[in-house]
Amino acid sequence: MEKKARQFGYTITRDRQIDYDANKHDISKIVAAAEPSLNLCISCGTCSATCSAALFTDFSLRHVILLLRRGETSGLAKEVAKCMLCGKCQLVCPRNVSTRNLIIQISKAVIPAQL
Amino acid sequence: MTFDLFVLPFFLGLLFLLAVLFIKYSRWIAMMSGPDRVKAGMALFSVGMLKTMWEVFLESLLHRKMFKRNPLLGYMHMSFALGWFLLIVMGNLESRVYSGGHINPPYYPIFLKFFIHDKRVLPFEIFTLPGFFRFTMDLILLFVLSGLVLAIFKRTRSRWFGMKRATKHNKLDKWAITSLWLIFPMRLLAESFTAGLYKGGGFITNSLGSIFDAVLPLQYLAYPAWWAYSTMLGVFFVTLPWSRFMHIPTEVMLIYLRNAGIKQGKYPGSFAELELRACPRCGVCIDVCQMNDAGLNGSTAVYFIRALRENRAEVQLNSNCMMCGRCLEACPVGIDTLGLRVGARSVDNIMVASDFSYLLPQPSVKRKADVVYFAGCMGHLTPGVKNAMQKIFKNAGVNYNFIDKDGSICCGRPLKLAGLKDAASKLTDENTLKILETRADLLVTSCPICYKIFSDDYKLKGMQVMHHSVYIDKLVTEGLLTLQPSALRAVYHDPCELGRGSGIYLEPRNVLKQIAEVAEVAEHGVNSLCCGGSIGELGMNSTQRNTIRDGALKMLCEPQPDVLVTACPLCKKTFDSGNQVAVKDIAEMVAESMTINRQPVNNKELVEA
Ligand code: SF4
Ligand code: SF4
Ligand code: SF4
Ligand code: SF4
Repeated sequence: MEKKARQFGYTITRDRQIDYDANKHDISKIVAAAEPSLNLCISCGTCSATCSAALFTDFSLRHVILLLRRGETSGLAKEVAKCMLCGKCQLVCPRNVSTRNLIIQISKAVIPAQL
Repeated sequence: MTFDLFVLPFFLGLLFLLAVLFIKYSRWIAMMSGPDRVKAGMALFSVGMLKTMWEVFLESLLHRKMFKRNPLLGYMHMSFALGWFLLIVMGNLESRVYSGGHINPPYYPIFLKFFIHDKRVLPFEIFTLPGFFRFTMDLILLFVLSGLVLAIFKRTRSRWFGMKRATKHNKLDKWAITSLWLIFPMRLLAESFTAGLYKGGGFITNSLGSIFDAVLPLQYLAYPAWWAYSTMLGVFFVTLPWSRFMHIPTEVMLIYLRNAGIKQGKYPGSFAELELRACPRCGVCIDVCQMNDAGLNGSTAVYFIRALRENRAEVQLNSNCMMCGRCLEACPVGIDTLGLRVGARSVDNIMVASDFSYLLPQPSVKRKADVVYFAGCMGHLTPGVKNAMQKIFKNAGVNYNFIDKDGSICCGRPLKLAGLKDAASKLTDENTLKILETRADLLVTSCPICYKIFSDDYKLKGMQVMHHSVYIDKLVTEGLLTLQPSALRAVYHDPCELGRGSGIYLEPRNVLKQIAEVAEVAEHGVNSLCCGGSIGELGMNSTQRNTIRDGALKMLCEPQPDVLVTACPLCKKTFDSGNQVAVKDIAEMVAESMTINRQPVNNKELVEA
């Protein structure tokens, strides 16, 4: 099933529960203060569809933003490191999110705690 | 009598200045890396030293580059620099006429007219040695004062000097500038008063002196005037190391080190520190910067450099900048404004450098082709460009490999420009391996951003790197492509990374001229505008970027072209979103207007999936 889904460009995420209360919500506030266009993101996924890094990995900026907003930030430093700042996502984003600076700001907000 | 109390403000100020400079220079030399220090030491005894001296004369005294910008601006700077220099040299020689050739204490030549009251020898004054000096010294003083008048005018009429915006100075600079401006009128007054009292002086000080003598009680005024003159010199010297005028001693050192082959290197480092201080805040970089359009005047190079020098650079200042290179091109001191911005970012920005190990194994290229083609991320984002290139290769019968056909990692330049050098070098290493593996002779890329880093940083032993515009020009020259002229009216936009970044202006025009009628716009070539889509920019929002784009489009559309042609997929994509005019890459233009070769050509695309 999973293999089939991949052929069509999808992956299957396993069922799980998210404990909102245990998550860290301050990080997304810090990032939004440094790059306000975070708040414009509608999770459309266009960025992930064009992403250079996504060709080789399961990296997805849409997913990163989702995790950030949920407060599931523990793995983000490693995750955003896969980005090469090439800028394709910024050019295609329908909401004009400054994705490159967003990624840098996420790194700055999470790395000190995660190294 | 060779001493008077009034010389003290000058003399102590001078000693203070020299002590501060000594400490600062020692610290910079100590900060230099070992090899750089050796280079700098060797340069002292090389022929290059002559070149350095000539350059110091041209730039620091004559202000040649300022003249090129605007003759009035050049004259203003020259009259201060060269004039003051001549006053010092001639004043020193003049003082020796009276001291029998001995070297005098430093204040003696400066205040010579206070100590020596030589009578005029009329009517042949100028043919005597002292008379000649009196005449020349007055003439030079007049020269400096003419610059001062211009400088005062420049405050309110900066447009006469080719500048729309002048630098807004801070308090310390205002102190320094006021004392500097007062030095020369004070000297004129002091010398004239004394000349009036003793019937001496040169052609100006003497005549002014006689007039003053008729209306003013000079015996009470002369001495205070010397005090004022000396005090202004003292204030100027004391403020100099922390003001914009620190550029005077620093620029000389910068020219010397640059000619010794020393580069900016790591940041922070002594060379960067010198560059920060070599900036006189002339403000030439303000008008050229398109960030003005976006209301980011405060982030232009001059203010960024000042903030960095004063250790108060903010993230915003560091990240705003499109790295377009317009300020670099305009800067009369040749300060690497882009390198400094990258340096400042390297302190701000952090990112875990992924090892990009997920990239391996890559589809390896099994057979050797003569040419490898790299479309780059941006080339893939504008499929028209890569498709056009594939058609061109095929039509010209070129044996090529499309190495990033199925995507690739980034070239590393965006990370480098964000100050993330380590992460960037992982990408460059990875790509280098992949490119060398193809054993081709020539690497062609469609993206000027990739082209820039391929040529600057990649070590591609023996492999030539070409941007597709240059490559197409070569194909046409060699007769492998035939182009058909059309009735289209085109404007060519020079991409920053290709033009100012890599010095390629002619080849794309050569090609385009064979296809369309090319109209040049006001700001082209080295003065070309940035499209606003730059991957060097980090801090602007989309509205600001769009404003810059629209400003550039407005200028580019002035000749009302049918098509706006560029040679960078990112410029194309950016301008396209402005919806003003049809935008095409040079490769697309060529693919549409080449004669299709009907003969079966022996070419194959050799990449194996
Ligand atoms: S393309 Fe823009 S709006 Fe869509 S998910 Fe990505 S960042 Fe959000
Ligand atoms: S900048 Fe990063 S996230 Fe955006 S497309 Fe490039 S690699 Fe993907
Ligand atoms: S950076 Fe260059 S152009 Fe700008 S103020 Fe300094 S010296 Fe002048
Ligand atoms: S590189 Fe361009 S955007 Fe940056 S300061 Fe210089 S002129 Fe302005």
